[in-house]
Amino acid sequence: MSHDHDHHHHDNELDPMAARVRALETILTQKGLIDPAAIDVIVETYETKVGPRNGAKVVAKAWSDPDFAGWLQRDATEAIASLGFTGRQGEHMQAVFNTADTHNLVVCTLCSCYPWTVLGLPPVWYKAPPYRSRAVIDPRGVLAEFGLALPEETKIRVWDSTAELRYLVVPMRPKDTEALDEEALATLVTRDSMIGTGLALEPGAR
Amino acid sequence: MNGPQDLGGQMGFGPVAPEKDEPIFHAEWEKRALGVTLAAGAFGAWNIDESRHARESLHPTDYYSSSYYEIWIKALETLLKRHGFVTAGELAHGTADGPGATPKRVLKAEDVPATLARGGPCDRPVARQPRFAPGDRVRTKNFHPQGHTRLPRYARDREGVVEALRDGFVFPDSNAHGNGESPQWVYTVVFTGAEIWGEGADPTLTVSIDAWESYLEPA
Repeated sequence: MSHDHDHHHHDNELDPMAARVRALETILTQKGLIDPAAIDVIVETYETKVGPRNGAKVVAKAWSDPDFAGWLQRDATEAIASLGFTGRQGEHMQAVFNTADTHNLVVCTLCSCYPWTVLGLPPVWYKAPPYRSRAVIDPRGVLAEFGLALPEETKIRVWDSTAELRYLVVPMRPKDTEALDEEALATLVTRDSMIGTGLALEPGAR
Repeated sequence: MNGPQDLGGQMGFGPVAPEKDEPIFHAEWEKRALGVTLAAGAFGAWNIDESRHARESLHPTDYYSSSYYEIWIKALETLLKRHGFVTAGELAHGTADGPGATPKRVLKAEDVPATLARGGPCDRPVARQPRFAPGDRVRTKNFHPQGHTRLPRYARDREGVVEALRDGFVFPDSNAHGNGESPQWVYTVVFTGAEIWGEGADPTLTVSIDAWESYLEPA
């Protein structure tokens, strides 16, 4: 029994992609081309340091500080860098602001372009064909699948990230948040609200 | 190329499936796939445009049945073979047979934070004056190149308005094929839903792309 169990477990461990990636890492390590410890640091960076909390800080600051909001509108890369968020897949940032009239939605129809420095690694759905195919032709249908129904008259602007600009949506500040400081505001800013597939949370919704 | 990656407006893929409290990685191998892809990118043997082209050059059947990390790994194997770092035989049996090509650099653990924080900016000076200005009406090219391009099919031969002049950027259609960075001005161009999708388009919809100058003609 125990042998069967071990054998089964062994098979699971070596599912085809796990085996394929392990083979690649092994070959490159044997050749001295990659340092497995570097891979650990990369993974740790995107698991613990770079993620949507970064973007939430940017948005909360823009809500609280009109000068910062103006800077973010004019030169998002520099404004975001002032908070310490720079680098890979955030080299050329644009911030797009939702208004009472217009809702912004970001997609990359051609691959998976996404503002890593402020949102971390993209979710699976963002990289998958259903979202990439439909965001540009049926954004309201897509938003409904996220539970978001916008008023009929709201204009929808879809930004297809076809070049190296990376887009951060600045959602509208929720009502009844005048008393909140930046830290409290940041807790209302979801990842999806910064892609455009959601809105910022109302206070008390969490 | 009119490849499987060019998804805008395609139909039949079903609903988006947002996952509640989605984990950052869905399997241990995805973590290694991310790390190996970034570490191999640091070799300096290819650029982001060549790697995107390797991904979209997967057979459509393979592309559509693969998760994105699978697409990354399959394309990475192509790039590593093309540039002489590994052989098909090595990939088949999973161990190194001997040395291969020499990379420009090997990413060490201690250099990872600085490397990620620096990224790979691809803005470049462009000697010519920009041909277009915000407010100009433009028409996108109608073309179907065999090679890499970042003008999606749904946005070809469409009339729109230049909303912003961005910056000079490396031209992917050239850079992906080793033909140089040939930087051009990039513009954000906005189209109405009706211009792109015609009958039945959402009247509240506008779509923008970021377009290199040679994708555009005066309308």
